[in-house]
Amino acid sequence: MSHSPRRAAVTLTVSAAITLCLAPFGAAAQSVKIGIVGPFSGPFAHYGTLFKNGAEAYIASQGGKLAGKEVELIYRDTGGPNPGQTKTLVQELIVKDKVDYLGGFVFTPNAFAVAPLIQQSQTPTVIFNAATSAITDKSEFFIRTSYTLWQVTVPMAQWAAKNNIKKVVTAVTDYGPGIDAETAFKSEFAKQGGTVVESIRMPISTTDFAPFVQRIKASGAQAVYTFLPGGPPNLGFVKAYNENGLAKAGVQFLGTAEMDEFDLQKFGDSALGLTTAFHYSAAHDSPANKKFIEALKKKDPNAIANYASVGAWDGMFVIHKMIEATGGQKDGLKAIAAARSLQWESPRGPVRIDPKTRHIVQNVYLRKVEKAGALLVNKEVQNFGPQIDFGLDK
Amino acid sequence: MQLLANVLIDGLAYGMVLFIIAVGLSVTLGLMRFVNLAHGAFAMIGGYAAALLTREASWSFWIAVPVAVAGTAALGALIEALVLRHLYRRTELEQVLFTIGLSFFLIALTNALAGPQVQLIVLPPLLAQSVDLGFRTLPAQRLLVIAAGLLVAAAAAWTVTRTRFGIWLRAAVDHPDTAATLGIPIRTVQCASFAAGAALAGLGGVLGAELMPLEPYYALKYLVLVLVVVAVGGMGSLPGSLLAAVSLGIVETASKYLASDWGGLFFFLAMAVLLAWRPNGLLKR
Repeated sequence: MSHSPRRAAVTLTVSAAITLCLAPFGAAAQSVKIGIVGPFSGPFAHYGTLFKNGAEAYIASQGGKLAGKEVELIYRDTGGPNPGQTKTLVQELIVKDKVDYLGGFVFTPNAFAVAPLIQQSQTPTVIFNAATSAITDKSEFFIRTSYTLWQVTVPMAQWAAKNNIKKVVTAVTDYGPGIDAETAFKSEFAKQGGTVVESIRMPISTTDFAPFVQRIKASGAQAVYTFLPGGPPNLGFVKAYNENGLAKAGVQFLGTAEMDEFDLQKFGDSALGLTTAFHYSAAHDSPANKKFIEALKKKDPNAIANYASVGAWDGMFVIHKMIEATGGQKDGLKAIAAARSLQWESPRGPVRIDPKTRHIVQNVYLRKVEKAGALLVNKEVQNFGPQIDFGLDK
Repeated sequence: MQLLANVLIDGLAYGMVLFIIAVGLSVTLGLMRFVNLAHGAFAMIGGYAAALLTREASWSFWIAVPVAVAGTAALGALIEALVLRHLYRRTELEQVLFTIGLSFFLIALTNALAGPQVQLIVLPPLLAQSVDLGFRTLPAQRLLVIAAGLLVAAAAAWTVTRTRFGIWLRAAVDHPDTAATLGIPIRTVQCASFAAGAALAGLGGVLGAELMPLEPYYALKYLVLVLVVVAVGGMGSLPGSLLAAVSLGIVETASKYLASDWGGLFFFLAMAVLLAWRPNGLLKR
């Protein structure tokens, strides 16, 4: 419509400029945005690394795209258990960054804090780690690919009762998940005819475990069921358990996440023979697990395959399937509906999402710590079969 | 009866760990009147050095520990000579702010260099075993801690009260100008005392690692416990620190045996009661 060559040149330049300016936005609108929320600094920073490696390894294993769409991961650092800050970060992710999906979450209070936000914005949110049953009750947009303490503890209690263990002491760290673990073990063990002779709750700041271990010894129990947060308390408890002669006295160690691969090598020979019931072992013998570990090592040679990285890997699989179902469009309801019926072969074995609770249904295994070459591994000695979350089923 | 014996032996071991770390702070805080909240960071550095030498360099524990402690002392002397001596005449608030800042810096540095995970010190077979005491078994490492605590107490008390260096130190703190006129090398005395405090912290970090695991947040995590021991024992009083550490250790251990549901309440309750009874420290008049 230009009437002069000069005018035409101006129009052309302006429109070219506008196109150039818009180009990056155009490309960004094509890509699916996923906000990953977790601790990337501070004392729990290793969880952030595990999430990052698990999620990025999954995307790389799919050739860098999910369901043919470019994906952009946006990481946000919560530091630690900090519901207030998590809420702010997630609000920013939803409102400013306009993410299509959320993933991550190590701590239960952080997950609780964002429930109203994801409910209102209809943002499907995959929990990679936080293990308190009640989380998925708080919003219909929560899906969980980790585990719950009820899920792994109930089969452990059943196994103990079946193996002529009549008297057990529970010794748990005195905070949310610990109480969950204690309640789960006590109720199931009583149902199976066993007795919990003493329930010890250890203060979260405990560094000296010798007194508790002496109490366990004095109680005359055949086994101790324990729950401890990972890292230093874990090492301290197992050390005290060995050095104060409990292992020698034949008091069996029953745990869940205590022997996880992140800390396992640090225990040294004191971990040999310790028994845990859990859903994932890096030593799980299957092609899917082999592929998972290879993809992780390709991403980072020092990457660790454990429950948090497998939670992130499977979490990305769920997001992948939701992107597929919605054609990359933002449609929370449709995405969640698709996720409810998912079932697939995870590195931990066959799994599915329970359509009612949106929690993962998976095999739980009895494992014993053994040596494979120079390294310690969680050898799966028994498969309890698919387990639901008994905490939500109550 | 067995319960009592358990409480006493576990409490003594716990108390000795607290004492070894606290005694260095008691020296700098009480004798030098310098508020050193970076003390926990020195304990951490000593522990990390020992962990690195035993694990990565495969040194023997018995060589690695003296080297780690000497290294911490050297670092303490260096920091004192370069930075801290300018703070002696500043207000206590400025000393607190600087040393807390130093702690944060060292935490971040440790986190960046060694990562957030726990560092383990490889124990020699002699210490890794358990000892049968007749009524129960106890890790051999705890016996070493108790022995080392008693040795440190005796050596520190002897140095401060009986040696020329001790006299110099007390003179240099109370009347620096007069002491200088008398030909006492004040700078050397201050620097050496600070280095000795850092060395004791390092030793505590190494020997206490079984109870207070080495991780980047070590420097602040256990600082409160150490400050409580120094406050209850009375600043600068070595026998006071020993008594305070052992009593608080026993109280804490007894509460774990008898009333663990109350968490760390009794430790701090004991602190409040003891400070109300003797505000200047257990053994001070």
